[in-house]
Amino acid sequence: MANDQDLAVREKKELATKEEKTVPGRYYVPYADIFETEDALTVVMEIPGVEKKNLDIALENDVLRIDGQIDFAKYDGMDPVYSEYNIGHYTRSFTLSNKIDQEQISAQLDDGVLTLTLPKAKEAQSRRISIR
Amino acid sequence: MALFPDPFDTLLTLQQALDSFRSSGWLGASPSGGGSYPPMNVFRKGDDFIIIAELPGLNKTALDVQVKGNTVRVAGTKVVTFPEKSSVHRRERLAGRFDRALTLPVQIDPDAVKAEYRDGILALFLPRAEKDKPRSIQVA
Repeated sequence: MANDQDLAVREKKELATKEEKTVPGRYYVPYADIFETEDALTVVMEIPGVEKKNLDIALENDVLRIDGQIDFAKYDGMDPVYSEYNIGHYTRSFTLSNKIDQEQISAQLDDGVLTLTLPKAKEAQSRRISIR
Repeated sequence: MALFPDPFDTLLTLQQALDSFRSSGWLGASPSGGGSYPPMNVFRKGDDFIIIAELPGLNKTALDVQVKGNTVRVAGTKVVTFPEKSSVHRRERLAGRFDRALTLPVQIDPDAVKAEYRDGILALFLPRAEKDKPRSIQVA
């Protein structure tokens, strides 16, 4: 689609929430694509620098919350000399409708891209209605 | 190419172009090179330099890293695809080509440069050339 154009720089969006975090440090909102196919809703999110073990996905009261922590220990002993972006944890949450089969949600993390597959509940899948 | 242009695409392309126009500091001081994507952070560790860039969802084979003299070039293509039979609700991830060169103020050893791509982060380890390192002079 838009793969043949030049990439532009975009400022990372910092999280602005009503409730405050109890841990220090900046939080950013990861960029996400959401698309729907016949049997599932898929959320693709960019969380560069987050390792699998530091990623927390929780589902509570129909809210799917994704929390990715950056391991700052990797930056130990490194002096910044020039900077164009800031580093921070990622968090984003989505409210799910009851059309999603919440038991069957699956997640995959590849090269800093998290793919969440939210299968539609049986009753929400589209059906062909035959005419008698 | 589709018969009709994707309205999503046109809108996004325009918005992105305007955004980059507004935010581009082309009059300001900036590192050398073509584009300005990806944003980079440069660190120093002892005598060596480390360049880190966030490039999520890239194919390693689509990434081209070159070193010449004290200039480092990072180029590639980021692809975002959607399944054929899908309706897109939200599109925020960017896709496209990028090509960027960065010149360091010191000589680096091109043979000892290491590049690592992990968890969507590209890290370039650039050791300072031995002949460029400062020499301590014993005070007699």
